[in-house]
Amino acid sequence: MLAKRVIPCLDVDAGRVVKGVKFVDIRDAGDPVEVARRYNEEGADEITFLDITASSDDRETMVHVVEQVAGEVFIPLTVGGGIRSVDDVRRMLNGGADKVAINTAAVFNPEFVKQATERFGSQCIVVAIDAKQVSNPGEPLKWEIFTHGGRKPTGLDALQWARRMAAYGAGEILLTSMDRDGTKIGFDLALTRAVCEAVDIPVIASGGVGNLQHLVDGVLEGCADAVLAASIFHFAEYSIGEAKRYMAACGVEVRL
Amino acid sequence: MAKTIAVIDYGMGNLRSVSKAVERVAGAHGKVLVTDDPELIQRAERVVFPGQGAARDCMAAISQHRLNQAVLEASRHKPFLGICMGLQVLMEFSEENGGTGLLGLLEGEVRRFPVGMEYAGQRLKIPQMGWNQVHQTRAHPLWNGISQDTRFYFVHSFYVVPKQSELVAGTTGYGIDFTSVIARDNLFATQFHPEKSAAAGLRLLENFIRWDP
Repeated sequence: MLAKRVIPCLDVDAGRVVKGVKFVDIRDAGDPVEVARRYNEEGADEITFLDITASSDDRETMVHVVEQVAGEVFIPLTVGGGIRSVDDVRRMLNGGADKVAINTAAVFNPEFVKQATERFGSQCIVVAIDAKQVSNPGEPLKWEIFTHGGRKPTGLDALQWARRMAAYGAGEILLTSMDRDGTKIGFDLALTRAVCEAVDIPVIASGGVGNLQHLVDGVLEGCADAVLAASIFHFAEYSIGEAKRYMAACGVEVRL
Repeated sequence: MAKTIAVIDYGMGNLRSVSKAVERVAGAHGKVLVTDDPELIQRAERVVFPGQGAARDCMAAISQHRLNQAVLEASRHKPFLGICMGLQVLMEFSEENGGTGLLGLLEGEVRRFPVGMEYAGQRLKIPQMGWNQVHQTRAHPLWNGISQDTRFYFVHSFYVVPKQSELVAGTTGYGIDFTSVIARDNLFATQFHPEKSAAAGLRLLENFIRWDP
């Protein structure tokens, strides 16, 4: 049967991994190729690169990063951050990315998602959704899409938006809770479950992982098809292998 | 001169990972050539036939690149590895895009996963995306060194249903048991992506490079 996926996420700025990677036996801690190779050896099911580069000059750098990683690491690679046009998608795919994640550009121009899936196929288009709870205590739960790192509300209901993106041909949803991102207190399980139930396409849970039980909860309680985490792997608190063995012991089907 | 492995490029999907993975395992034993030139395909010692996207677009692209004959010819006469859509288009007919005629090398059709499949109380998503087990239904040189039920990386909504069960070389369970690998004479074709399946995938590609059917 299909395994639940564990996906480490790397933030890349001007071609370097940021957020302080602390692997002991990696020569150059900030080299995306070395970090990706290490994650692959530990059993990562995919790797996601988030390009947080501000300038467009440095975007070209990201293409080179993808080219280098794709030449060495033979598992699926997703690239997100700054994907705004069909041409951006093409450049990343030609560089060796298997999927691109479209976030803000989808909000401002939903048709872009349709164009991209029609041109390149659903299998390589991930829509990244940043959602925040907007309902008050006691009210039915409601989440809204936010952009700019959770600062700007859009008025879009998260569940309706997820359904619309699936209808536009998105192959997968990368769902980040902006309430939980960086908190290390676990995924927003109610949000994860609600989105998973709203769409037929796979959903990757993201935002808030602080320990291995959180990964298990994302799958068993949030019903996520995949779990994404950054800091617990970056700081080598846990290896991917440890994470997967823990999940397996809790009854989650994983690739060991 | 090193022997040539042609990776057929008809504009459907990202061939970089396929060519890189084949280059990695071929080393000094072969030269990888990404091409849509029927003549080069004909002259190559081995052929890899990848593909992504919708059935109708794939068939249109194959015609547009005038590759129908080259593909059929290669699939009959030299070590030939189909990957993903490169497996599906070998069949006769696909349910995709309201019904699409395919190359028809192998008898059988391509069907969509039924809606509403469940496993252990959870609804199964379509596409199937991720690592699933491949059950080797018979011995084959391309399985050398690969354990029974090893996981490979899949991304697909459709699956092949060959008419002759003796063509099946591997099956996978996703709500239903479907044919994930077909093998006949010089042909081996997988629904999964060996080029994205880490060590097991590279081993399969290496076995293909060494295969002498």
